[in-house]
Amino acid sequence: MARSVVSINRLKWPGTLAALLLVALVLGTLLAVALRAEDGTGLGAADWAAIRFTIVQAVISAALSVGLAIPVARALARRRFFGRGLLVTLLGAPFILPVIVAILGLLAVFGRNGIVSHALGWIGLPPLSIYGFHGVVLAHVFFNLPLAVRMILQGWISIPAERFRLAATLNAPIGPLLERPMLRAVAPGVFLVVFLICLSSFAVALALGGGPRATTVELAIYQALRFDFDLGRAALLALVQVGLCTITALLAWRIAAPDGLAGGLDRVVDRWDGSKAMDGFWITAAALFLLLPLSMVILNGLTGMLQMPASVWPALMRSIGVALASTGLTILLSLALALNNGRFAGFAGVLPLASSSLVVGTGLFLIIREFANPLSYGLVVTALVNAMLSVPFAIRVLAPAMRDVEHTFGRLSDSLGLTGWARLRWVILPRLRRPLGFAAGLAAALSMGDLGVITLFAGTGGETLPLLMHRLMGAYRMEAAAGVGLLLLAASLTMFWIFDRGGRVDAET
Amino acid sequence: MKHILTSVAGLALMAGAAHAEPPVLTVYTYDSFVSDWGPGPAIEAAFEAECACDLQFVGAGDGAALLARVQLEGDNTDADVVLGIDTNLTAAARETGLFAPHGVTADLDLPIEWSDAEFLPYDWGYFAFVSTEGVEAPASLTELAVSDLKIVIQDPRSSTPGLGLVHWVQTAHPDDSQAIWEALADNVVTVTSGWSEAYGLFLEGEADAVLSYTTSPAYHLIAEEDSGKVAWAFDEGHYMQVEVAGKIAQTDQSELADQFMAFMVSEAFQSVIPTTNWMYPAVTPADGLPDGFETLVQPATALLLSPEDAAATRADAIEEWRAALSQ
Repeated sequence: MARSVVSINRLKWPGTLAALLLVALVLGTLLAVALRAEDGTGLGAADWAAIRFTIVQAVISAALSVGLAIPVARALARRRFFGRGLLVTLLGAPFILPVIVAILGLLAVFGRNGIVSHALGWIGLPPLSIYGFHGVVLAHVFFNLPLAVRMILQGWISIPAERFRLAATLNAPIGPLLERPMLRAVAPGVFLVVFLICLSSFAVALALGGGPRATTVELAIYQALRFDFDLGRAALLALVQVGLCTITALLAWRIAAPDGLAGGLDRVVDRWDGSKAMDGFWITAAALFLLLPLSMVILNGLTGMLQMPASVWPALMRSIGVALASTGLTILLSLALALNNGRFAGFAGVLPLASSSLVVGTGLFLIIREFANPLSYGLVVTALVNAMLSVPFAIRVLAPAMRDVEHTFGRLSDSLGLTGWARLRWVILPRLRRPLGFAAGLAAALSMGDLGVITLFAGTGGETLPLLMHRLMGAYRMEAAAGVGLLLLAASLTMFWIFDRGGRVDAET
Repeated sequence: MKHILTSVAGLALMAGAAHAEPPVLTVYTYDSFVSDWGPGPAIEAAFEAECACDLQFVGAGDGAALLARVQLEGDNTDADVVLGIDTNLTAAARETGLFAPHGVTADLDLPIEWSDAEFLPYDWGYFAFVSTEGVEAPASLTELAVSDLKIVIQDPRSSTPGLGLVHWVQTAHPDDSQAIWEALADNVVTVTSGWSEAYGLFLEGEADAVLSYTTSPAYHLIAEEDSGKVAWAFDEGHYMQVEVAGKIAQTDQSELADQFMAFMVSEAFQSVIPTTNWMYPAVTPADGLPDGFETLVQPATALLLSPEDAAATRADAIEEWRAALSQ
């Protein structure tokens, strides 16, 4: 009974409205795409190659990310050392790192003129080439290894310490008894999440793909629209992309991946197994792999800042404006959905996972084109699409917190007759400050660094910071690009920090 | 929070209130044309000195992406003039119905006859692979294809040199173009969307050679006093490029656009071309070509498809290229 009372007193209609908006955005644009796909020229041999490449690189990227994450997570789970907490925090950084900035860092380390190539040169070996299949996989492992480590680490530390003690007293092997069952439960979900992320890869393939040989479906959509002006083919490819993402998202949903965003990573179980040297190797290797490119971004960026073109400041302002709009919309939508808590709202909250920015972008492009020059709406569309794509993440942060609030204060509020807006304002919002701040920080950083839909709508002026950086790299002004990269990195992290901090201030008691 | 929002809004307002007194002529072009070292800045200054207007160049990727951009924007385009497509694209551009006759009669110094009513040439050149002295030069496309040499090329869907190479292979080897592409595939380090990026990669040492022009070594010779860059001369002959501009029919600056088209073949514009765009000017300047141009490779055979033939074969040739390189 209490449950139904609680749900009656909740504010329902904004959630329904938000869900309708999301469904319209995802399915409406898909419909616009599907209608257009009918007069397409069909898929050529190279399109099938792009589909094959997309799947193969995603499988290998996910397998490598998860495969390497297991020893790293195990090492982190059983070792206690100075800076461990900081390292685990830093493992969260690539998630909010602008893709194009990370690519610059990877080029500085693994490119033809990078550190590794120079080192190889000293011992007489030829330099590396980062373009093509292996470059795309390398970048994807860079982004997703930390995510996989954090998710698998969650699995490890969720094994209660008592069981390790029990295993010790029984002198039973830990691997087959405790660790393998946990990995069997956790790893497939992590694999699918990483696979899904790599499936929608755009900026990586744009920057590091070696032409037709390393083209993802997302990139092919962009090329069909912006290079060929082939609306039919773009639409057909968009449908393929949605199909691939939907299948993966459904699989991931069924396997129910663990929540990688939850806290509580500091509890270290006393362990006596495993070699210290081996664990040390894995932790050092992972830290070097992740931190070296970032250090290069900072190092090269500092010298490159003097080379930045004047257009960098308006671009920064535009990016901040887009990120603020996108963040506001994300919070409104996900708060409304979390309040509603119905089945339709739940569906709408995960729906964006099955789509991609290029697909929704293509749909909006086709719709806007009927009325106006779509290239004049780049910033609006970018803010809208970024907000849509951030909603599933924000929901995952907000929904559990909302459940807690209702669980703790629901009956009291009911007995006080606090309903609707009043209940939201006096009971729920003050207690959601922290997750709201975190979700807003995530949304802002993701939007700030986005280089996806903006390329589709890039017109005259209206450059965002990532787009400006990409164009500088295209003109091979690498020093200027490095400067802009550092600025972008600083802006993204600052946005995240301000929101996340804002959520914690006063709530720290 | 409020402070941030107000200051963002304030800045946006300030940007919107830019003074817009002189009429603005918007010219869409390729990125390297507007770069600091390209012809854009000099031409902008020269034209603004005589037009009492604000000439704005808009870089829209590389040459072929320009056409797609104008097609995407259709009747809503902001462009008044489109500068930087070539004869391989003029037929497709004409078909959009977006372009108006240029109405300019000029004495052009082109190696071919010119009678296009809509598109007016401003420079021309021969495509060639540019490499460093000392690298063993192949004597033909076929020799390059069987060699181990590493090259950077451009995407024919976004870049006019990339498209030029596709037509080059097609005209030089009409019967076995597919085989040539399949043999070339393993020589290609990467495909870039634009010329600048490819040339930058080459200069950084990412490849032995880059698809560019026979005139590119002149840049290194004249601007950098470096005679170490060479263009490979190929037995099959070299495909030619004639770069053109066209006036958008829907323009609200019709007179200014006409004035710009006429300016394009004048001495002020043409004399800048050889040492900024590093191409042969469409009208040879009074002082002739700069010193250093006489050292350039002169192809024995010039290859060029008519605009109609280029348009008719473009889609198939690109698909053949994509299929060969995606393997």
